[in-house]
Amino acid sequence: MAKQSIQRAGISRQSSGNFFQAIRAIVWKDLRAEFRSYELLSAMLVFSLLVLLIFNFALELDVKTRQSVTAGVLWATFAFAGTLGLNRSMAIEKDRGCLDGLLLAPVDRSAIYFGKFISNLVFMLIVEAIVLPLYSVLYNTNLFQPGLILVILLGSIGYTSVGTLLAAMSVQTRTRDVLLPILLFPVAFAVLLAAVKASGGFLDGSDFSEISFPINLLIGYDIIFIATSFMVFDNIVEE
Amino acid sequence: MNSKPLALKILDAVSLLLLLAAAYLAIFVAPTEKVMGDVQRVFYFHIGTAWVALVGFVFTAGLSVIYLVTKDLKWDRIQVAAVEVSVVFFLITIILGSIWARPAWNTWWTWDPRLTTAAITELIYIAYFMLRQGIDDPDRRARFGAVYALIGGLSAPITFFAIRLFRTIHPVVIAGTNAEAEGTFSMTPEMRSAFFFALFAFTIIFIDLFWNRIRLGETQDKVEQLKLKVTM
Repeated sequence: MAKQSIQRAGISRQSSGNFFQAIRAIVWKDLRAEFRSYELLSAMLVFSLLVLLIFNFALELDVKTRQSVTAGVLWATFAFAGTLGLNRSMAIEKDRGCLDGLLLAPVDRSAIYFGKFISNLVFMLIVEAIVLPLYSVLYNTNLFQPGLILVILLGSIGYTSVGTLLAAMSVQTRTRDVLLPILLFPVAFAVLLAAVKASGGFLDGSDFSEISFPINLLIGYDIIFIATSFMVFDNIVEE
Repeated sequence: MNSKPLALKILDAVSLLLLLAAAYLAIFVAPTEKVMGDVQRVFYFHIGTAWVALVGFVFTAGLSVIYLVTKDLKWDRIQVAAVEVSVVFFLITIILGSIWARPAWNTWWTWDPRLTTAAITELIYIAYFMLRQGIDDPDRRARFGAVYALIGGLSAPITFFAIRLFRTIHPVVIAGTNAEAEGTFSMTPEMRSAFFFALFAFTIIFIDLFWNRIRLGETQDKVEQLKLKVTM
């Protein structure tokens, strides 16, 4: 009896080890492919700069306007660049049948979701880590505040968690890349809204009691959508 | 081709009568509101359509779970029917609200939490149809549709809370009060009866349309199968 339970514990430890190994392998594969070609990151970065440029002239970002719209401009830029990255990262899997290869691997399907989610998140964070100092330099605003960085982390987690799931869906449809923003934006509206409000609060130096509600909302959103995506991902990749 | 069941024919007729009766009550029986005047009569149909559409959307999220567990295409047909009828009713709600808002708030539209959530919810379910249109395989279409309806159904209430970060001017007539609301009023007994009658009428009309739409879905599937047979 004791031996059996030890064996079972051994098996479950091994399988959970497999689960994390599988996630790590997928993340590693994505990062490695990316750091050899820089296809995705360069596209996201150049695109973000273009979006900033458009905002600069569309909104006439002078000192006065800047104060009220910085958070909004940043999040709009991240959201647009994010869809570009999410689309591309899933399209690469679909194009040469890589997704089928991944599905054949003897690992839990949700490991594939978490692997893609983490690598998408890493790409988004890298882009944000470059855009933030650039924005700071271009507009002479200090964006390096721990609070703001926390909000960006939480917001990006929420955005990519649901974005990875929806991108896996949209690449399998006829309309493909056109569809992702249409599916993603209405669902991610809450996360963008809370992130803009919280970022704006930190930039204005508001009282923490005003910022805590959007932050809690972001945390709640992250948990709900990671859990839901984890549960339904099987249905997206099933053949 | 199976013909329309008698119960559905009767329900069709009853729905039409109820719609006329609800309109009669709202226009002729309910008293005119003192401040807003006749435009307030829009309220009966506004709430009636909103009520069935929202119940329909909640129902849809439940159907997603049922489909994902059972994988029976019957539930997918029912879900499409529920979403389609609810989307139409919700669009009517938004348009009626706008008609009321023009004189009451002096604007057709404002980015109030309820209005914004309504617009986003409507967009989610329009996206639902665009997603389905892009997929040919019926099983995959059903699975993706169910997943998206579930995600959308979860995000709508969160969106509502998120927009609460900004203030609201939408009146809360049924329960609770909002000090900043514009256009609030209290109902007289005649208003109340017209109101509850409208709720009842729209519930029956919804069920009638829903049933008809499910039958249409069944026919569509049959046609698709016949087409496959012909081409083979």
